[in-house]
Amino acid sequence: MTSLRISDLSIRAKQTVLVDRASTELKTGELVVLLGPNGAGKTSLIRGALGLIKPASGASELDGRAVASLSPTERAQLISYLPQIRPLAWPNRVRDVVALGRFSHGATIGRLSAEDRAAVDTAISACDLTHLQDRSADTLSGGELARMHCARAFAANAPLLVADEPIAALDPRHQFRILDLIKSYVDQGGGALLVLHDIELAARYASRLIWMKDGRIVADGSVEETLSADRLAEVYGVSATVSDTRIIMDGAL
Amino acid sequence: MSALQSNPELAIAPSLLERGLIPFLLIGCVIALFLSCLLGSTPLPPDRVFAAFFGGADVGDRLVVWSIRLPRALAAFLVGAALGLSGAALQGLLRNPLAEPGVLGVSASASLAATFSIYYGLVAFSPWALPLAAIIGALGATALLALAAIRTQSVITLILIGVGLSSFAGALMSLMMNLAPNPFSLADMINWMLGSVANRSFNDIGFAAPFLVAGAAILLLSRRGLSALTLGEEAASGVGLNLRNQRILTVLGAGLATGASVALAGAIGFVGIVAPHLIRPFTRHDPARSLIPSALFAGLLLMLADIMVRIVPSQSELKLGVVAALLGAPAFIWIAMQRRAAHD
Repeated sequence: MTSLRISDLSIRAKQTVLVDRASTELKTGELVVLLGPNGAGKTSLIRGALGLIKPASGASELDGRAVASLSPTERAQLISYLPQIRPLAWPNRVRDVVALGRFSHGATIGRLSAEDRAAVDTAISACDLTHLQDRSADTLSGGELARMHCARAFAANAPLLVADEPIAALDPRHQFRILDLIKSYVDQGGGALLVLHDIELAARYASRLIWMKDGRIVADGSVEETLSADRLAEVYGVSATVSDTRIIMDGAL
Repeated sequence: MSALQSNPELAIAPSLLERGLIPFLLIGCVIALFLSCLLGSTPLPPDRVFAAFFGGADVGDRLVVWSIRLPRALAAFLVGAALGLSGAALQGLLRNPLAEPGVLGVSASASLAATFSIYYGLVAFSPWALPLAAIIGALGATALLALAAIRTQSVITLILIGVGLSSFAGALMSLMMNLAPNPFSLADMINWMLGSVANRSFNDIGFAAPFLVAGAAILLLSRRGLSALTLGEEAASGVGLNLRNQRILTVLGAGLATGASVALAGAIGFVGIVAPHLIRPFTRHDPARSLIPSALFAGLLLMLADIMVRIVPSQSELKLGVVAALLGAPAFIWIAMQRRAAHD
């Protein structure tokens, strides 16, 4: 069991408070979705939790060890991180990009060890990229690219995964496919924290929802406990009708 | 594995090409080195060059080969290799095919310091003054960039600092030429700024070598992180790259290697852009794997350009830096125009 525990984490950029005393936890075996409007501090919370930016106060611990004290390699072996997808610098082959997921294990792409190669092969076939693995990444569609980045994250064989908007700009079918991939990763013992903007999909896949607004975590619990019309009004400023996990939005408040 | 087995050609063909690349370039370099000894104002036939290599032949031949042509060719190779290696590494670091020591202002700063040593006549005190000055200039620029690299997250900022450094160094060089005390130092400065490997001795090479070797070693030892940077800085940190250390090592290594190259030949531009650009497709666009072939190829290119400089009939010998820029600058523009907006 691996866990990422965030306690009283605050992040500031100059005078602005981006994250205000956030506390939560991500454990293996759960799929947590982080919800909140633009500017709520979701990405900052993730980056602070991973030690990529220095928090103003508070702590983030991986299995009881402060994230800041871990080397980037040690951290990457425990948590895969998928930031919002940016274009690759070079037109690399799909297989080579997936192999970069093995970086923290010391892999040199082009000269993979048997263990690295096995992990890359497994990730490629799990994400249905076998027929694409020798293609140049700049020839892939948006959905294929998203799968490639998922495969890269899975190839690390890290117990935890943090993904920032992994399904942004994908068509509905690909949104389901990517979330199914992450779901099966969790079913096989991983733990995932995702930032999503589609609340209905979040409600369908998440074992827990974290709601953020203005840098603060305003709710943290199961879908049944935390998803309500009032919550949507409070966090997103929309009027909506909620029945079970079905949400019908009527408009902005 | 199933796809590899079902389509063996796809899997084997590129790896043959990839494996053959470095031996092919090495053979090319050896041939070019030998050609450099054959060709020149008075061509030597191959048997006399061979004889001179192995201590036979007459004194004149040995002098031409060992004291003039071989050190000159070796200098051209080393300067090219240093620039190709630095260019490939900086392109990997900045994720931009247009980056090279010139863009970051390292070449300009090294040239400025060299020009400074000429202006103040320091070169009269010791033949080592000019090479030392070039390396100090490169390290100064490098230190500033390393300092900036610690403070900023942004690649664009580093490039802008490089542009600023280049412009400032250029302005100071113009100022010194403007104020040059006599036509001789002006001619010296211009010679230096044009870039050349004519009349270089093994002594000159020996002085630049330690810096060149140190820089190359740093770049080669830290090259694996450049692969990770393909993903962008955020994702590279995500897969476990120590971004700060990577930046410092690459900038430092490129600074040392570039300083050594400027010490040897003055400012020679664009070879650091062109060589990695042509090599990249053969290394599957992996920046780490492109370092060694880029260095060999850039060395080969400069040796060939230097042969050209020597055999083109002209009243005064063409300068290597001028020829490199004449060929390289259009290539630079072409590469820039191929860039798509998607890659910021």
